[in-house]
Amino acid sequence: MEVDREDGRSQNQLRPLACSRNILHRAHGSASWSQGDTKVLAAVYGPKAGTKKNENPEKACIEVIWKPKTGQIGKPEKEYEMILKRTLESVCILTVNPNTTTSIIVQVVNDDGALLPSAINAACMALVDAGIPMKHLAVAICCCVAKSGYVILDPTKLEEQKMKAFAYLVFPNSVHSVLPEGSLRVEGEPIENGIITSVTHVDDYFYCLERGRAASVKLSDFLRRNLQQQSTDSSKAG
Amino acid sequence: MGLPNASGDLSTEVEVDAFRRLFPLRFYKKHLFESIRPDARPLGRARETTIALGAVASANGSALAKIGSTTMLAAIKMEVMTPSLETPDEGCIAIDFHMPPICSPIVRPGRPAEGAPVVAKQLSDTILSSGMINLKELSLVSGKAAWMAYLDIYCLDADGALFDTALLSAVAAFSHLEIPVVSLNDDGKIVLSEEQGLSDREPVNKEKRKINLSSVPFSLTCVLHKNYILADPTAEEESIMDTIVTVVLDSSSQLVSLHKPGGTVLAYTSAIQDCIALTRQRVKELQKILEEGISGMEVD
Repeated sequence: MEVDREDGRSQNQLRPLACSRNILHRAHGSASWSQGDTKVLAAVYGPKAGTKKNENPEKACIEVIWKPKTGQIGKPEKEYEMILKRTLESVCILTVNPNTTTSIIVQVVNDDGALLPSAINAACMALVDAGIPMKHLAVAICCCVAKSGYVILDPTKLEEQKMKAFAYLVFPNSVHSVLPEGSLRVEGEPIENGIITSVTHVDDYFYCLERGRAASVKLSDFLRRNLQQQSTDSSKAG
Repeated sequence: MGLPNASGDLSTEVEVDAFRRLFPLRFYKKHLFESIRPDARPLGRARETTIALGAVASANGSALAKIGSTTMLAAIKMEVMTPSLETPDEGCIAIDFHMPPICSPIVRPGRPAEGAPVVAKQLSDTILSSGMINLKELSLVSGKAAWMAYLDIYCLDADGALFDTALLSAVAAFSHLEIPVVSLNDDGKIVLSEEQGLSDREPVNKEKRKINLSSVPFSLTCVLHKNYILADPTAEEESIMDTIVTVVLDSSSQLVSLHKPGGTVLAYTSAIQDCIALTRQRVKELQKILEEGISGMEVD
């Protein structure tokens, strides 16, 4: 089904991605991530000593502070903080530095659709920049289902408002195995985090998952290239 | 509730309650191995659910919902307001969720609970996007007056599955809601008519009417632990096993919302399908309980 999107993209096409790391000099790690016009800045400070009152002291703790572009902090910001915290807790290896807190501050620079996935991607890149040990990277993507049933990826704000349902999906990044035979005998690829609201059929959701997984492979490749490039640059500078 | 003595570890030397507090994961592992939970529920069963409508007499609609020990009180108050210019013939619903210190030892006065704004936002997203209430029904005089429904949900006892109980109490309160009789007075303002039949003024709506609910959403929270799926967790289970999945289906089994905020267990498609299947069963149970509650009220 051919779909006309306003900026001329096809259904499964993502907006141009750009990522730069180590842009803030005081933070232990920082990254700026932009998908089209949506731009998010993430900074990581840590690990710092001590955990908060109700947290388990045998593990590291992650604290997320979300700063919106304008306005006061309200319920949507608290929800984003909670989602980011839980997603990053499942990605980081928490047993390496017990009884410490790592703070991640997310600043929204511009919101043009798919804000939460951009923030998750930015936070992961900032954690890589800070050198926090992680099991794998989290790759986040936003899918929307329109009233007529077609699914588009990575919507802009205007497209988001017209859609019937949207899903934020986070996958672990794709694995490039060094061994020639796949060490991947898993049945299906797992998802880490999925949020969908508004009424759709259950089948639509699984269709979104398929599209999302395919796109996450492309995103993982982008991340891999980006991380490899910057590491070779810094070795030259030294 | 004895622990198997065959294993030679601490379980034989420590009392059951102490073992439960000190090694919660191992305590649960022993139970899950036998496909049962410490409160003798099978893994896929939710706790006992009750609904009482009309719990707050002065509110226009109210309900008290209990799932196991988790208790939520929902109350709706209606107020007349001028609708916005973009939607002149639609009313408005404002949803707020409170966790007062009575509900749990973690919540202290002065410092709002961490989970409260998240549940509040989830609730308002679910109720507004499920299309349960047609906002045009809340309109009185197009462009001039419409109803604003303030839905407040108070958590009285927080023992896990807060979102489920809150959604159930909200839905029950809306099904109990009766829109009061109002009439237009000489200044063009809407006033509440005290009695029906008192008539120098023409009432805008003739009698207290109930609101029409279509596609009512029901939810089930599950906890994923290794390859076990536990439906309707208690607070203890939620704190030990941190991967929580909430599925909201409406009465025609369409997916309204699926919420899985992170968590150590990665969910494969099969796990999600199992959660959705468990939720489908739960929707049927909840529909029956809600209908019994409503018919119980009407008998009075």
